[in-house]
Amino acid sequence: MHKHITCTVCPMSCDVVLELGDNGEILALTGNRCARGKTYATKEHTAPERTLTTTVRIRGGVHPLLPVRTDQPIPKGKLREAMLATAGLTLEAPVQMGQVLVDNFLDLGVKLIASRDLARR
Amino acid sequence: MKRLEVDVAVIGGGPAGLAAALAARQEGAAKVLIIERNHELGGILQQCIHHGFGLHRFKAELTGPEYAQRFINLVQETDIAVLLETMVLEVSKERTIYAVNSQEGMLEIQAQAIVLAMGCRERTRGALRIPGRRPAGIFSAGTAQRYVNIDGYVPGKKVVILGSGDIGLIMARRMSLEGAQVQAVVEVLPYAAGLARNVVQCLEDFAIPLHLESTVIEVHGEDRLEAVTIAKVDQNWTPIPGTEQKIECDTLLLSVGLIPENELSSGAGVELDPITNGPKVDDSLMTSIPGIFACGNVLHVHDLVDNVSKEAEKAGAFAAQYALGRLSAPQKRVKVAAGENIRYVVPQEISLDKPVEFFMRVQRPDQDVYLDLGGLRRVKKQFVKPSEMLNITLTPDVLQAFAGETLTVRIVSAKEVGADA
Repeated sequence: MHKHITCTVCPMSCDVVLELGDNGEILALTGNRCARGKTYATKEHTAPERTLTTTVRIRGGVHPLLPVRTDQPIPKGKLREAMLATAGLTLEAPVQMGQVLVDNFLDLGVKLIASRDLARR
Repeated sequence: MKRLEVDVAVIGGGPAGLAAALAARQEGAAKVLIIERNHELGGILQQCIHHGFGLHRFKAELTGPEYAQRFINLVQETDIAVLLETMVLEVSKERTIYAVNSQEGMLEIQAQAIVLAMGCRERTRGALRIPGRRPAGIFSAGTAQRYVNIDGYVPGKKVVILGSGDIGLIMARRMSLEGAQVQAVVEVLPYAAGLARNVVQCLEDFAIPLHLESTVIEVHGEDRLEAVTIAKVDQNWTPIPGTEQKIECDTLLLSVGLIPENELSSGAGVELDPITNGPKVDDSLMTSIPGIFACGNVLHVHDLVDNVSKEAEKAGAFAAQYALGRLSAPQKRVKVAAGENIRYVVPQEISLDKPVEFFMRVQRPDQDVYLDLGGLRRVKKQFVKPSEMLNITLTPDVLQAFAGETLTVRIVSAKEVGADA
């Protein structure tokens, strides 16, 4: 079985082709123009990750929402759960960029942090 | 009317304005002023909450607000003056700025040099002439982005996005994460206009179909949008009969291009380039009016904020030099022209005596080609496409070899280069 993965490491956007065994194991990997493509495609096949960026409700600030992010990528399959978790949060202004809002977010060992300073209204 | 005198006035407090002001101050301009119409600095970056900014500048993947905050913090460490919630109404060629705010009323600001950094606006439905009624639910993608990311309103539940530029793709993901169903992204070109990375992470991750060589030909609905009809287009972008498809939706987002915002520039008599829609500038980023400089998206629409910052720093530094009487008039003026498969080049004029970073875009995608700068330098490009701006810097020692009156930038095929050699 073959699987195509577009490498997103650089704008070259290599079409990496993975030849997969019966249990999804990678038998061969072609189409990448450099070593980073191999690392990316392998990771994207076995354990794809994404950085979540979203907003969280905040009280008393100059805006009703605070932009936030995970400080590291999280498993792609956890995005929905992560969105529901951030929807349940309400913060209090002021906050500062980089401030940790949730330590060990979803027990994933990552932090949810503020993307900017948000002053009190 | 309150009167102010400054060395360098920067109009716009987005990424371009922030970097220009910092550079002007650093270059020695004592009184630097940023005039911003919003209640805070940062410009459009404040609503671009996704990450991917600053890879070149900071070697990190920052979100838009993070990138802005870093520059805002730097400005706040200086004595650069900032006027917020202040709208510039007019700029004269004598470098007088008329502005207004609710605290001080009318302001008359006399500047030794001005940096235009007003950014750009989105193209609207009117510019596309999409037929149909005018129901609620049709937004430009950036407007929807502001509603979702700053104001906290999701504008609809079932969404179609017209245009596959990066803003359209980013909004497809954002709306999906917020629980809306993105039915389709529709693109008139035969390829996605945005970065491959965004096609993967914003469309494929959410199983959103991308309809290429297609466009929206009709909108349906009275009070609220109910559906759109899309159709395949031929090479002239004319809809092909029989390919129509009706897609139910309550929201249509338009991500169909950006236009530099040059009303103030035109008012001052600054000469504009009909292709970029921005001012024509020389190699010090000065416009056709002495002492008025331009940078960022008001000059030409960039893909990367990193390039905006870099360009703005140059404009700010040259503006400071002008204000301090240190910017000498060029000895020589050479026009820069767009040749084969080049849509535009900035700057439009150079003097050969200072380093120049040329920014250009191609007209159509191609691969295995060379970018040729007036025969002075030829750079191999594995592929080129209109959505990815090209840039290359030439130093005076290379430029001095140029003898003509017009330096033409063009794309040359590998075959032609082979024949030359």
